[in-house]
Amino acid sequence: MTQTTEFGYDRNIEGDVIHTRVDAALNWFRKNSIWPMPMGLACCAIELMATGASRFDISRFGMEVMRFSPRQSDCMVVAGTVTYKMALAVKRIYDQMAEPKYVIAMGACASTGGMYRSYSVLQGVDQIIPVDVYVAGCPPRPEALLDALMKLQNQISREPTVSNLKKLTPLPAKV
Amino acid sequence: MNATDYANKLREKFGELISAPAEFRGEITLNVADAERIVEVCAFAKKELGFDFLADVSSIDNYGEDPRWTIVYELYGIGNGTYLRLKTSVSEEKSKLPTVTSVWRTADWHEREIYDMMGVRFRGHPDLRRIIMWEGYPYFPLRKDFPLGGKPTDLPDIAFTKTAPIEGGPFVTAPGGKDAIEREPRVRMAEDKSGK
Repeated sequence: MTQTTEFGYDRNIEGDVIHTRVDAALNWFRKNSIWPMPMGLACCAIELMATGASRFDISRFGMEVMRFSPRQSDCMVVAGTVTYKMALAVKRIYDQMAEPKYVIAMGACASTGGMYRSYSVLQGVDQIIPVDVYVAGCPPRPEALLDALMKLQNQISREPTVSNLKKLTPLPAKV
Repeated sequence: MNATDYANKLREKFGELISAPAEFRGEITLNVADAERIVEVCAFAKKELGFDFLADVSSIDNYGEDPRWTIVYELYGIGNGTYLRLKTSVSEEKSKLPTVTSVWRTADWHEREIYDMMGVRFRGHPDLRRIIMWEGYPYFPLRKDFPLGGKPTDLPDIAFTKTAPIEGGPFVTAPGGKDAIEREPRVRMAEDKSGK
């Protein structure tokens, strides 16, 4: 993975001129405005709500803009037990999100199926969508979810964004 | 009047069809001998005896016995404040009985759930579709011969299931064994009598 530096700026030292790399700047923009989408399916959603509430205050980390539309959100927080009946809906909503998009599997059920070794429960949401961060717990504490979001921020800040753009294959010609 | 009095009224009306009331911890249970006549019994209980609230309909899989299915109706009268339980049996070959949706409309979803989980059908039901699993799922997962971990299914672009990994399970206990090893056979191997 390409090493990119943290975007840093001190007005007193550098005046109005900023030297940085495009990668670092883009990642800085992205990681400080993660708009999470709550995919609340079970009791983990209660902890997710607590995370969003005043006591834990996720706006400290620039990710408080919860959007309930997949079109407007960057990070899907799968909070709860994913049943097979729900799995296809989760997949469809993930597909509707715009790139770049991230997924946090919150809690034991979303990560592995948890205690539900059952005919009705998907054994981990990573079987249908790519997961960036797994959160242990049943349900995890809000601090654990905040930690996961900060891990996701670290992950985003290390992404080789520009070289990823170059790698994109051209769109197929319209017929 | 208490539940026993209502039970006796039912017996006066239907005679041999209704068994003697069995009492357990203050709850009265009646057996209805012929599942085909459950609607008349229920209609009488509702209209004449005031059992205007159907609290629940549930089903039992007496796997390995005949008749295999027991359908249980939990009746409650809001006016008289009394519970009454009706039970009726259905054989596996038949797996069908008349619906009571004409008596209590709430029976609609209860009967759909029984159909979905056990595969017992209700004749005359207005909308007998699956309610919890999706349309096209081929099994009835609450049957005793269905493995807890499930069976793989695939309905392309609609839904799929895989077998859940159960390390050494499902853990079952059987009463009457002389030591823990006998009482807990641990793994129950599923017999393949898929409820298609």
